[in-house]
Amino acid sequence: MKKRVVSLLLAATMVFGLTACGGSDAPAADSAPAEESTDAAADDAAADDTAGEETDAAAETATGEKILSVQVGPDPETIDPALNSAVDGGNMLLHSFECLLAVDEDGKLIPGQAESWETSEDGLTWTFTLRDGLKWSDGSDLTANDFVYSWKRVCDPMVAAPYAETVLGMVEGFAEAVGGDLDALKVEATDDKTLVVTLSSPCSYFGSLAAFATLSPVQQATVEANGDAWATAAETYISNGPFYVSEWVPGSHILMSKNPNYWNADAIKLDGIKWNLIEDAGASYGAYQTGEVLFIKDVPTEEIPSLEGNGEFFVDPIIGTYYLSLNTQKEPFDNPLVRKALSLAIDREYVAGTLMQGTYTAASNFMGPGWIDTDGSQFIDNANGGQPYIDTTNHDANLEEAKALLEEAGYPGGEGFPSITYSTNDAGYHKVVAEYLQQAWAELGIDLSVEIVEWASFTPMRRNGDYESSRNGWVGDYSDPSNMLDLLYSTNGNNDGKFNNAEYDAAMETSRTTLDAAERSEALHTAEDILMEEAGCIPVAYYNDFWLQSPKITGSWHSPYGYWYFMYADITDGAAAADNADADAEAEAAEEADAE
Amino acid sequence: MLKYVAKRILLAIVTIWAVATLTFFLMNMVPGGPFLSEKAISPQATAALEAKYGLDKPLMQRYVTYMTDALHGDFGDSLKQRGRTVMSIIKMKFPVSARVGGISVLVSLCLGVPLGCLAALKRGKFLDSLISVVSTCGIAVPSFVVCTLLLYTLGVNLRLLPTMGLNGWKNYIMPVIALSFYPTAYIMRLMRSSMLDVLGQDYMRTAKAKGVAGFWIMFKHALRNAILPVVTYVGPMLAYTVTGSFVVEKIFVIPGLGGEFIGAIGGRDYTLIMGTTIFLATLIVIMNVIVDIVYKIVDPRIKLK
Repeated sequence: MKKRVVSLLLAATMVFGLTACGGSDAPAADSAPAEESTDAAADDAAADDTAGEETDAAAETATGEKILSVQVGPDPETIDPALNSAVDGGNMLLHSFECLLAVDEDGKLIPGQAESWETSEDGLTWTFTLRDGLKWSDGSDLTANDFVYSWKRVCDPMVAAPYAETVLGMVEGFAEAVGGDLDALKVEATDDKTLVVTLSSPCSYFGSLAAFATLSPVQQATVEANGDAWATAAETYISNGPFYVSEWVPGSHILMSKNPNYWNADAIKLDGIKWNLIEDAGASYGAYQTGEVLFIKDVPTEEIPSLEGNGEFFVDPIIGTYYLSLNTQKEPFDNPLVRKALSLAIDREYVAGTLMQGTYTAASNFMGPGWIDTDGSQFIDNANGGQPYIDTTNHDANLEEAKALLEEAGYPGGEGFPSITYSTNDAGYHKVVAEYLQQAWAELGIDLSVEIVEWASFTPMRRNGDYESSRNGWVGDYSDPSNMLDLLYSTNGNNDGKFNNAEYDAAMETSRTTLDAAERSEALHTAEDILMEEAGCIPVAYYNDFWLQSPKITGSWHSPYGYWYFMYADITDGAAAADNADADAEAEAAEEADAE
Repeated sequence: MLKYVAKRILLAIVTIWAVATLTFFLMNMVPGGPFLSEKAISPQATAALEAKYGLDKPLMQRYVTYMTDALHGDFGDSLKQRGRTVMSIIKMKFPVSARVGGISVLVSLCLGVPLGCLAALKRGKFLDSLISVVSTCGIAVPSFVVCTLLLYTLGVNLRLLPTMGLNGWKNYIMPVIALSFYPTAYIMRLMRSSMLDVLGQDYMRTAKAKGVAGFWIMFKHALRNAILPVVTYVGPMLAYTVTGSFVVEKIFVIPGLGGEFIGAIGGRDYTLIMGTTIFLATLIVIMNVIVDIVYKIVDPRIKLK
């Protein structure tokens, strides 16, 4: 009898014991990141332990260090400057690395690691002069040769940097370099402080590229010793920016500490930035409400109506457009009249303001605010003689015109128009827009069915042209208009609509080869004119970033590239800062009123 | 017994191989690839990446290479998380999930088994009805609802508990409740119905007639026979729970393995899909073998063949 009791107990303990095994494997010192994090997160411990009463501790820690706790996205796929192609990764790179040049609060190029730079008359030779005494975060010297190594690394086929062609495609010897002959790339260090870059064709915006995170310097010795893995651990992640990575717990947080070796370290007020790697918008909103995080980028869309008028909620434009691609190689989309009719039938104010809850702005042009013309002015102000291509405020007139155009195209009242399909993935407002399009195009007598495709399948499908109409979008990498206008160039890899217009291509060619700023500007505007007239794609709304930010944060700013600059920020007790936030909110309200 | 275990282990290996093979070919049939982004990267860069990771080779050759490497314990590099190996990702994230999951399984057993028994004993009484209501809720309410409710009440409104991370014991409370909610309810129901079944048996009446004390009847005669269905359930449940939950990890910002399963598939991170799948399959197979052995101990009448 007794034996049976024992065996029963044994059975129970086995089941329990198993779970214990699963758990007790964990704290093995080197393989348990969450465990390790308890040390460095001692800062947070203050916040967590007292979460009940006082959560402000997120900002000021027990040791009195100023750590700014923010959320800009989930785990970045990579924070290797050469490999990154994502906005959230780029935002972190901006704080850990510094390029030759930098962009200031007003979007102007300013000296970064280079204290000065000049361009030869033919626009082909760019000479950068580095600051004195530059150092890496580990204290060793940084020279022009580090840039040479890093830029060649970007071309290395074994590195396979996604942005290689975008940032270095115009440098002489690029083709040979990506073929494997790295030394062919004409980037030379004439001495420790001078970097000379020779271009194969003039590129007026090369300065913007020199400020692009892909072209950050990386330390040769570290990268060669650790391979791709150098950028996955704090110990080997040597950088040259205002901060360095002191801890990375994947799926939890990246902690950056002030880099004492940074040339402008005196201007950095924060002791560190904690990037909370939160994927779920509800979770980040919760963390914001409790004060564990002072800034969140991912705000749940269902909360937006309740945040209107809240001084901590910000909406600010970024350079990019939400647009629709029509497969111009397929009937009936090969007819520009049809494309234009479909475009005009959309009530953009309703889509951006109501469906997208004001987090987007109605698009009257393809190139929205933030793109910079060759003379430094806003590209949109000079487009179409200063007039919007589509008057988004007068939807009724647009709809009438759309009906007329469709009739002209041979489909009066939609008669004889084939049933068409709209493809999209399901994220953000995509589905809502799709449903709206069904209604909007029904007004023209067109029957639209919606096809929801999983993201990873959607991208290749659209690229291969296996669709009729689909959602599309682009957020600029740099503010030169060619970055987005190139999308519609006949052979561009992102020309999903397969738009093929000889005049458009010619205009883009001109913009690439000319050295004359006025001529270049004219060519770019001509291209947009053709695009809008032909409805090569259908711009719907301009992207904005929207976020929640505590009034305790001062001195940070948001750039039209979708980045937040926290490096010169400070954390205050909030009272003084509240005024600023209010002022900002008012300014914003005024802006919105203007837009309407 | 030894022969049986050896046989089971052999079968387990075949099962894992079959799962791996099926997964390998299925995931390659799905359109898309790991190197896609909204912005097209140049054909050159794509080709270079494919060459780097051997994706330019024919499918069969890749299969053979992968299987050979896997046999040698090399599960390759993650295609999306550049610079990390699949093994390092599992090593880093599994312990986190296992800790949260292990505690949750313990909690579900400690609550589910006694409450289920209690409900059976008080059949038809108020307590039974109450437990029924609770367990029905537990089964019906999806975990994301539980998570969100917990987060908003305990975390955001009352500010009793931290909402994210795993820095202290307090951080474990909400995820553990969320994770053990469903299994507790399920175990309660299982336990109640099998207990009711056992309580009606003749040998129970005999034991009672012989004057065996109440506690011993329950513990030795009833529980022992009634617990078998729970054991069957707990094996695979344990495997699933310790490998993490996508939803719970996302909401409470836990750096566990659950997110990797979903993330790997969404990003077509082929090597990580294979690694996590093989890992989970192995755990489940091991659990099933253990469950069979525990059966034998709990009920010697069961013949293992």
